[in-house]
This record gives sequence, C-alpha cells and structure tokens, in this order.
Amino acid sequence: MGSGTVKDAALAGVVAAILALPLAGFQSVDLGTAGLGIETRFSYVAIGAGAVFFGRLALAFLRGLHVNVPSVALPRFQGGRLLGGVLVAAAVALPFVPFASRDVIYLGTTILIYVMLGWGLNVVVGLAGLLDLGYVAFYAVGAYSFALLAGWLGLGFWEALPFSGLLAGTFGIVLGFPVLRLRGDYLAIVTLGFGEMVRIVLLNWTNVTGGPNGIAGVPAPTFFGLPFTPRAPHDGMTFHGFFGIAFDAQQKMIFLYFVILALALATNFLTLRLRRLPIGRAWEALREDEIACRALGIDPTKVKLSAFAIGATLGGFAGAFFATRQGFISPESFTFQESATILAIVVLGGMGSQTGVVLAAIVLVSLPELGRVFAEFRMLIFGAAMVLIMVWRPQGLLAWREPSIRLAAAEAR
Amino acid sequence: MSRLAVEHLSMRFGGLVAINDVSFSAESAEITSIIGPNGAGKTTVFNCLTGFYRPSVGRLALERAGTTHLLERMDGFRIAREAGVARTFQNVRLFAGMTLLENLIVAQHNRLMRASLYSIAGLLGLPRYRRAERDAVDRARRWLDRVGLLARADDVAGNLPYGAQRRLEIARAMCTEPALLCLDEPAAGLNPAETSDLMRLVLSIREDEGIGVLLIEHDMRVVMGISDHVIVLNYGRKIADGPAQSVRRDPAVINAYLGEEQAA
Amino acid sequence: MAYFLQQLVNGVTLGAVYGLIAIGYTMVYGIIGMINFAHGEIYMIGAFISFLTFLLLGALGVSYVPVALLLVLMSTMAFTSVYGWAVERIAYRPLRGSTRLAPLISAIGMSIFLQNYVQLLQGARVKSLPPVIEGGFILMRQGGFTVQVTWLQLAIFVLTLVLMVLFTYVVAATPLGRAQRACEQDRIMAALLGVDVDRTISLTFVIGAALAAVAGLMVTLYYGVIDFFIGFLAGVKAFTAAVLGGIGSLPGAMLGGLLIGLIEAFWSGYFSTDYKDVSVFGVLVLVLIFRPSGLLGRPEVEKV
Repeated sequence: MGSGTVKDAALAGVVAAILALPLAGFQSVDLGTAGLGIETRFSYVAIGAGAVFFGRLALAFLRGLHVNVPSVALPRFQGGRLLGGVLVAAAVALPFVPFASRDVIYLGTTILIYVMLGWGLNVVVGLAGLLDLGYVAFYAVGAYSFALLAGWLGLGFWEALPFSGLLAGTFGIVLGFPVLRLRGDYLAIVTLGFGEMVRIVLLNWTNVTGGPNGIAGVPAPTFFGLPFTPRAPHDGMTFHGFFGIAFDAQQKMIFLYFVILALALATNFLTLRLRRLPIGRAWEALREDEIACRALGIDPTKVKLSAFAIGATLGGFAGAFFATRQGFISPESFTFQESATILAIVVLGGMGSQTGVVLAAIVLVSLPELGRVFAEFRMLIFGAAMVLIMVWRPQGLLAWREPSIRLAAAEAR
Repeated sequence: MSRLAVEHLSMRFGGLVAINDVSFSAESAEITSIIGPNGAGKTTVFNCLTGFYRPSVGRLALERAGTTHLLERMDGFRIAREAGVARTFQNVRLFAGMTLLENLIVAQHNRLMRASLYSIAGLLGLPRYRRAERDAVDRARRWLDRVGLLARADDVAGNLPYGAQRRLEIARAMCTEPALLCLDEPAAGLNPAETSDLMRLVLSIREDEGIGVLLIEHDMRVVMGISDHVIVLNYGRKIADGPAQSVRRDPAVINAYLGEEQAA
Repeated sequence: MAYFLQQLVNGVTLGAVYGLIAIGYTMVYGIIGMINFAHGEIYMIGAFISFLTFLLLGALGVSYVPVALLLVLMSTMAFTSVYGWAVERIAYRPLRGSTRLAPLISAIGMSIFLQNYVQLLQGARVKSLPPVIEGGFILMRQGGFTVQVTWLQLAIFVLTLVLMVLFTYVVAATPLGRAQRACEQDRIMAALLGVDVDRTISLTFVIGAALAAVAGLMVTLYYGVIDFFIGFLAGVKAFTAAVLGGIGSLPGAMLGGLLIGLIEAFWSGYFSTDYKDVSVFGVLVLVLIFRPSGLLGRPEVEKV
C-alpha cells in the first residue's frame, strides 16, 4: 500500500472534517431565557474524519488484495423458488411458534404490509421503471376511503376492501394521466409533489378527513361475520363463541395476520401472473427502452397507466388493511418518509425481484426493533444504503432477472 | 401489396432545413436504398416516416390492403401498429435485459393483448389466450431460426455479439408483421461475412414476405448488391433516383460523394 | 391596493430566495441532464450553517452587524460549497454513464441521508434566532394599512440582484462559463477539445451550492426559524420555479423564482395559507403538461 493511497485517504479525511465541522462540531444549546448558545463537539468531527480516513484505507486494502468485493458477480441464484417457498412456510407457521407473542405477530403484520406495498411499488418502479416518489398517496387513499365508507355507510372491512382498491386505482389513473408522458426526472418530482399534496389535503380538509386528528373507530375485520370481541353487538354470535373456545385477545391479532398474509400472497400471485402476460412484458420492455417500444407499436402511455393503476390498487388494499389493523388513521402515517421507505425496500431488494422485496422489507422493518440506536438511524442508513447500492450494485442485492418465458417450457406446453 | 409514397417532404429544425422537398416512392417486394454523404438527411427521413419527428411539410402515404395511412399525421407508435411500418435503429435498440425470445414476443404485443382481452383472458388462463401465446412463440421460433439464433433463444439479448444483435433486431421487427421494413444502416460495424449474411437475409425477406424494404446504408457493396431502387440525398435534397446501376454512374452523385476534387 | 402592494413586496422577497435555489437546479440540469434532488437539502444545510455561525459569533462577542453578516455569508458559502462538491462526487459522478433510473435513486438516497444527517446532529426541533436586521421603511399608507419594506427585504433583493448580475457575467464572459456552456451542448466534444469536464461539473455544483447557501442565510434572517425539513418543500418549489422559467435557462430560473414567490404570496394573502403549497404545485403540473420547456427555455428535440 503506497503513500498514494494514504494521501488519498488523508485527503478524504480532511474533506470529511470540513464537512463535519459546522454541523457536527457545533450544537445550539438552550440557555433558557437567554435564548440559544453554542457548544462545541469537536470529538464528533474527529470521529467522523477518522472513520472516513480508515474507511478509505480499508477499501484500498481490500482492493489491493484483489478480493474485489464490490464487483463480484453473484452466480445465478438457483434457489429463488426454494427461498420463496421457505419464506411462505415460515410466514404461515409464525403465529403458532412458541415465542410468538402479540408483539411478534404485530411486527409480522407490519412486515407484511410493507411487503405488499413493496410489491405494489415494484410494479411501477421495478417492472415498469417509472420512478414514483409519491406512492404513499395511494396507500392513504385506500386507508381513508375504507375509514370513510365505514363511517358513512357502515361497511365492514371485507365489503369496503374492493372499493378501497378501486378508488386507489382510479386515483392512480387520474394522477397518472397528465404526467406519465413526462420523462423520468420530472415524473419523479411530480409524483413527489402529489404525495405531499395528498397529505396536505388530508391535514386541512377537516370536515371530511378529520384533519390532524384523523378518523377513529375504523372497524376490525370479521371472520365471515363473526367479530373478534368478547361480546358481540346485539348479543349475536362471536368468533370464540362459535368455535366454543375461551376469548383471547390474541385471536384477533392472529386473524389480522392471516388476512394480510392472504392479501400479500394474492398480490404476489397476481404480479407473477401479470409478468408473464403481454402487459407485464410490456412494462419491462418499457423500462428497458421506451423508444424501441414505440417502434414496435406499443402505446407507452397506456402501458405506463396500467402499471400505475395496478400499483396504486395494490397500495390501496394495503392501506385498507392498515386502517383496519390500527382502528384509526391520521395524516401522520402518510408522509414522504413512508414513500421513501417503500422505495428503499424496492431498491434494496432489487427492482423487479419479488423475493428481494420480502427480504428487504424484513430487514428494514425489523431494524428499528433491534434497538433504539437503529430506530434513530434508520432513515439515515436507508439513504446511505440507496446511494451505495446504486453506485456499487444497481441491480439491488438480490437481483437476477428470471425471464418471463422460456422456449423449452413454452413448447412443452 | 403495400406502397409508400413520399411527396414533398420537408423537415425544419428552427432555422435549419434538414430535408428540402424530397419525393420518392417505395414499392412492395422491392428493396429501396437511401444513400448520401453524412448529414444528407437520411436518418431524418426515417424519423419522419416512423413518427419520431413530425414533418414540417409533406405527405407520407402508405397504402396497405386498400387503406391509405397518412404517416405525417400519426403518432409514433400508431405508425408501427396501424400502418405496419417497422424499423431498426442505427445503434441497435434491443431490450438488453430480456432474452431473445422475450424480445420477439414483446414485438407481438398488440396481437397478444387483443387475444388476452387486455389481460383478463390471460389471468384466467383461457384457451384463446394460450393458443395465441403458442402462435406467438411459433412465430418467434421461426424467425430466430431464420436468423440463426434459435440455439440462443433463452440467452439475454445484451450478451449477444454485435452482428447477432443486428440480426435479432431485424427478426424482432419482422415479428410485428409489417408492411414496410425500414433498416437504418444495418451493415454498420459488420465484418464481410456478417454483411453477406445480412444481404441474404434482406433478400430472403423480400422474396418470402413480399414486403417493401427501405434501407439507409453507407456500405456500397450492400447497396449495389441488393437494391432494386436507389435514392440519393445530398444536403437534404434528392439528387438522384433510379435503379442501382444508373445511379452509380450519375455524375451528380459522384460529385456529391467526392466533392469538388472530381470537378477539378 | 396597499394590501396588494404588501403581498407584492413579500412575494418578491420570497421570489429572490426561490430564484437563488432554482439557479442551482437549472445549472446542474443543463450540464448533466438530471435533477439534483439533494439540492433542497443543500439549501437547508446552508440555513443551518448560517444559523450556527451566528450563534458562534454571538458567543464570541462579535456584535457589529455588518461584520457579522459578512463573516456568516463567507462561512456559509464556503462550507455549503464543500457539501455541494461532495454530493456530486459521491452520488452522481460514479453514475455518470449509467441508466437514467440509477442517478435519480442515488440522488433521492442522498437527499434522505442529508435530511436525517442534519436531524440527528442538530436535533429535530425547530431552531430560532432573534432578529438580526430590524426595521425598515414605510412605502405607503392607505386606509389604516401600511405597506412596509424592511431593510432585510431590501438587502435580500439587492444581494440577489448583485449575485445575478455577477453570475450572468461569469457564464457569458469567463472561461468557466464557456466551458460550462460547451459541456451543456456536447460533453464528449468538449472533453476532446480539452475542457476539463469533471472540474467544470464540480464547479457547477459548487456554485449552485453557494447560491443556495445564500438563500439559506436569507431565510434564516427572514423567518428567524429553521428546521431540518425546510429543504424538502423549498426544493420542490424552487424546482417548479426552474421548470416554469425554462430548465437550463439562468434568467429563466430567476424569472421563475420571482413568479413562484409572487404566486405563493398572493395565494396565501388572498385565499388561504393552508393550501399555498398546493398552488405552487399546481403550477408545476400545469407547466409540465402544457409548456414543458417553460417560459424561456428551448423545446427539447428527442434524439433517436
């Protein structure tokens, strides 16, 4: 390792020090009535600079070893199907495992919500290559439409679910129609804006959406009409009563878990199917080369709209489930941060890869649970990870594109 | 079967006149080549024909099975879909991440979408869709065979060598069942053996499919070897139009290529 | 009438801020053809650095206002420029040749990273600064309503004007400006002719960051409160300004900024403050649908 690398690392360290100096080195301190004072934290600067310095050295060292960590081409991941099967089996078994407390199952439902959202956004970003930064808008439409339908028309979860999806999908078409012919950057920022605008409307249209307080009293789903409560309204039959077992608060949570699991599996099935149909192939072709698509007679706007609409519908379903699990919703849950998290899941999981999205969702959702440190640093890590993945491995961590049709298989059919 | 009639085509970009009052026709079952020095406006003509530019002036009429399509008024993708004009690109534009087979199936998108009733029949796995998909695979198979790439059907298109990529692009264009095939410098970057293969392929397309082929080319061996009809452009104007042999001897053409030296 | 004038004054001030940020967007777009999503965060960082420098100077006992302002201006521009430079080097340069989606995602990742970086280091709470420049003059009185122009507003307007003139000169007459325009037209050709493309691009980011820093300083002085989230919304609005004016056009960026500032001021003055952001966003959508090249921009011709 020559002096060149040390010099290079030192330079990086110096730059890091300069960057860290104002924001890490100083902190405002509350002096009470005297306003704000300032204190120094030069140790932070030193740590930051040092970390960058040693990091660069380490990277240069690894490269020198010809380990070539960054550009190792992962061999084709043969176990794709197997991994998927294992995950499904694990998911089904989760509630019955000994350590499955209420919190664990609740975490499971959260993971599954994000898996579903990830798969939905995957259709738009991963398959069709449209950068949608406002996906949370469809999530919100699904949630709020269910809450409102329940409040105004007394619909239950199962009755409202299709409407939530439909409304979200329509929203997707309406939103998409004017903007889908825009090129990538513009589309990204317009969708970002849409997401924010939806949140602002939800926050301010107090008459309908309840403003910052949101909507409470969203009903929980029933098992063919049997509620999961100790006693049923009008002294009707309850779930536990019907099956002759004692009431347990956990039953509802387990049921919710299986509901979202079913929704997620249905989403997966639909997406995999669509990918093998002309529409799915058109999405991917569009992502590869829009100009070539036009030259083949494919209408790019219609294809983009379909991706947008289906992605939105799936987001809507997830939103409805979210509302029913929480029992109440507010605009706080539908910020840009959510869109960013879902995008991170799709990007880190490998755009287009179903299994990748699942793994990324598990990691990203579970991370904050592992400790307060992780919770605080979550978004920071996401942001950094997104940059790193794009620079290092743009196809994502687990990307291998499975062709949607194979000659041998097609002819055997 | 089909006939392209270009009348008084002009294309202006702001102050720059790229094509100035060009008229010609291309018949079906004929190979028409457009040649000319660099910057003559050849690709611009293509882009006008295939909907990437909207011509400033001109009538581009494609007659096919009794219907006349006015290309100058149509959206890009409609020209391919309704008028049946297919094209390849100067810098090959394949779906590099998808397999060869997938590339050719995507080319049959519109037909398959109709058969799948916009995915409903597909989702339900109805026989009418499955039949359509089988037919599409058959068509793809035949074309892959014809361009000699059948063995690599499931390979990723981006991994193909350059010459193979060009052939695949032509096969893909043919899978759209076009009335007119437009090839933009198909021989660029090919070695002599590959060029001969290309010439054979284009000739066989003319023979077997009976469609018109419109071709931009710099390689004179290709142009003279396969063209029935040659059009020469220079500085956006047409300076010659006729059978290959007479165009080759036309003094205006020689002058355009060799410049003032010849005159001196 | 007086009310209208007041909104006008407020709008112009706001417009100056947006214009300065918009220049950064438009320059970067002109030279590398992509939106620097992290630019809004650069502006926010500028605001924070100016805030902290004020505190530091206060603690050190520097109380003479013009000197303090000058020091803060220099410090903010210097440090923020380094941030701008670093963002380009880390998130954009490695991806210069790749697909269109990758740099976009990298940019968004950078934006998220910077937002949370500041949030973690400086806290999530809003920071406030006592007013530094106070007072102003009265433009006119009408029916009990006074139209006031504060010295600060005047200073912002003048400073922005000066920077604009300086900047237009730089782009039109200096070698850097020429190099920049060459890279905008044809990067490969420029490189072949000996233009240091990397350096030119870096300088573009640095200048954009410096201007955004000035905007950040202005906002710190003007509103007196900052938090880590201001970059997000300001970024979208400034981008709207750049698009409205014509992306790639410098006078367009300033014009767009002015217009957006006025739209926002008038909307909140006459309709509602709640939905003022929606009004700006509405402008973005309308411009992109009906006139994507903006007011002063050139229509883009697709290359096949």
